[in-house]
Amino acid sequence: MLSWRLAKEKVMSGVMFFITCASLLLVVAMGIGLCLRSSPILSEISLWDILSANEWKPAKNQFGFFPFIMGTVCVTGISIVLALPVSLFTALFLTEYSHSQVRKFVYPVLDILAALPSVIYGVWGTLIVVPWISGWLAPRFVSEYTSGYTVLAAGTVLAIMILPLLVSMFVEIFSTVPGEMREAAYALGSTRWQLSRRVVMKKSLPGIFATVVLAVSRALGETIAVLMVCGNLPQVPRSLFDACYPLPALIANNYGEMMSMPLYEAALMLAAAILFIVVLLFNLLSRIILKRVED
Amino acid sequence: MEWVMKALMIISLAVVVFAAVFIIFTIVKKGWSCITWEMVTSLPGNGFYIGKSGGFLNAIVGSLYIVLASTLLGLIVSIPAVFYLNVFLKKSSKIASVARLAYDVLFGIPSIVYGAFAFSIMIFIGMRTSLLGGIITTTLLIIPILIRSMDEVAKNVPSELYEASFAMGATRTETIRIVLRQILPGIATAILLSVGRAIGDAAGIMLTTGFSDTIPTSLTQQTATLPLSIFFQLTAPQAEVQDRAYAAALVLTIIVLLISLLGRFITSYFSKNKI
Repeated sequence: MLSWRLAKEKVMSGVMFFITCASLLLVVAMGIGLCLRSSPILSEISLWDILSANEWKPAKNQFGFFPFIMGTVCVTGISIVLALPVSLFTALFLTEYSHSQVRKFVYPVLDILAALPSVIYGVWGTLIVVPWISGWLAPRFVSEYTSGYTVLAAGTVLAIMILPLLVSMFVEIFSTVPGEMREAAYALGSTRWQLSRRVVMKKSLPGIFATVVLAVSRALGETIAVLMVCGNLPQVPRSLFDACYPLPALIANNYGEMMSMPLYEAALMLAAAILFIVVLLFNLLSRIILKRVED
Repeated sequence: MEWVMKALMIISLAVVVFAAVFIIFTIVKKGWSCITWEMVTSLPGNGFYIGKSGGFLNAIVGSLYIVLASTLLGLIVSIPAVFYLNVFLKKSSKIASVARLAYDVLFGIPSIVYGAFAFSIMIFIGMRTSLLGGIITTTLLIIPILIRSMDEVAKNVPSELYEASFAMGATRTETIRIVLRQILPGIATAILLSVGRAIGDAAGIMLTTGFSDTIPTSLTQQTATLPLSIFFQLTAPQAEVQDRAYAAALVLTIIVLLISLLGRFITSYFSKNKI
C-alpha cells in the first residue's frame, strides 16, 4: 500500500515537473522561433539598416522600420505622459486621503477599465476621441485639416487603457510603506501632502519606476485599439496631429499579404521579435525591481 | 499647497471614474440604438458586408468555442504547474521564484507576439489558419494568467495546513486535495480572469484563426470571433454594417462586464469561510 502511494507520488511529481518546465520553455521557444523566422531578412539587410531606414516598400525589398519604431515610441510616450500624473494622484488619494468607502467604489471601476477588451477601447476611440480631435482640438492648434486618426488619439486611448494597471500597482506599492513612517511624519508636524511627497513617494520611488516600465511594456504591445485610431500611415510623426503606424499595427495589418514573399514575412517576424525582446527586457527589469521592493 | 494638491487628486480620481463611465455609456448608447434580435440570432446573409440582412451569431459562437476550449486546455496545464510550485517545491525554492518571474514575463508579452509566434509555427508545420490555431494561441496566452492568479492564492495557504497533512502521513500528492479545497475560489476567479482576457483578445487570434461567415463544424475550419467581427465591420464604409459593429461591441461589453461582476461576487462570497 505504502509503496503504491510512493510510486504514485513519484509519477505525479515527474508529470507535474514536466508540465511546469514545458510551460516555462514557452519563453525560450518564442525567442528562438521568432529569431529563426526573421533570419532570412537579416542575412540580406543588416539589422541597423532595417532599424534606421525610412522607406517601407515591400515590393521593392525596402523594409525600413524607422517610421514604425518612431510611431510606437511617440504613442507610448504620449500615453505615459497623460496617464502617469493622473494615476499617481489617484493612487495617492486612495491610499493617503480617502475613506475606505471611496476605495470600495473605485476598485470595481478600475476592475471594469482593466477588463474591457481593447477592441472596445478602439470603438470608443473612433466614436469619441477621433471626431473630438478632428472637429474641436485640432482646428484650435493647426491650420490644415486632420482626420482625427492621429498620434494623439492613439496616445489618449492607450493612456486610459494603462490607467488601471498603473493605479492598482501604485496603490499596492504605496501601501507597503510602513505605518510607523507615516506616524513619525505626522508627529513631526507634516501635512498630508508633505507626507505623501516626502515620505510615501520618496520611499516608493523604485516601485514607481518599475511600474512605469511595466506600463510602457504593456503600451508597446497594444495592437487593436491603437490600430483603429492611429491612422496607419508609415511616416515619422512630426506633430501630435500626424498619423502614425506603430509596430504591432504593422504586423496585424499585413499578415494577409505577406504569404507570397518570404522576405516580407521575415520582416514582419522581425518586427514581432523586436517587440518580444524589448517587452521581455522591460518586464524582467521591472519585475526584478518590484521583487526587491516587496522584500 | 495642501488644498491645490488635494483638488488635483480629486480631479484625477474623477477623470478615472469618468473615463470608465464615459466608455461604457458610449458603447451602450450607440449599441442599444443599433441592436436587433435578428443580429444576435442569425448568421450573415447574402451581401452582409454591404449592409444586407444577417447577424453575427457566427462570431458569438466562434468566440465561445475558442474561449471554452482554450480555458479547458489552459487549466489542464496550469493546475499541475500551480501545485508543483506550491506543494512540491519549498517556499524558499530558487526554481519556484525563477518560474514565477518567467510566468510574470510571459504575462506581459503582448498577444500580437503570441499570434506571430503561433502563426510562424503553423506555417512551419504546414497548418492553415483555423479554429484549432486560435484555440492553441489563446491557450498559450492565458496559461500565464491562470498560473499567476491561482498561484497568488495558493501562496497564501498557511504552512500549518501542509504540516498537519504531512504529519498525518499524507504524501504530497494526497496533500493536493486539501490545498485544492482552499484555493477553489481562487481557481474560479482565475478562470473568469482568463475568460475575460480570452474573449476580448483580437490581435493573437487575427493571425491564426482567420474569419468565416459560418459556424465552424470542425477544428480545421476558419472561424469568426466577436472582437474581429467588430473590427472588420467597423472598417466597412456602409452605416448599416457599422451599426452591427456597435451592436456586437455592446454584446461583447455586456459579456465582459458580467464576467467581471461574477468575479467580484465569487471573491467576496468565498472569502468568508477561508482559513
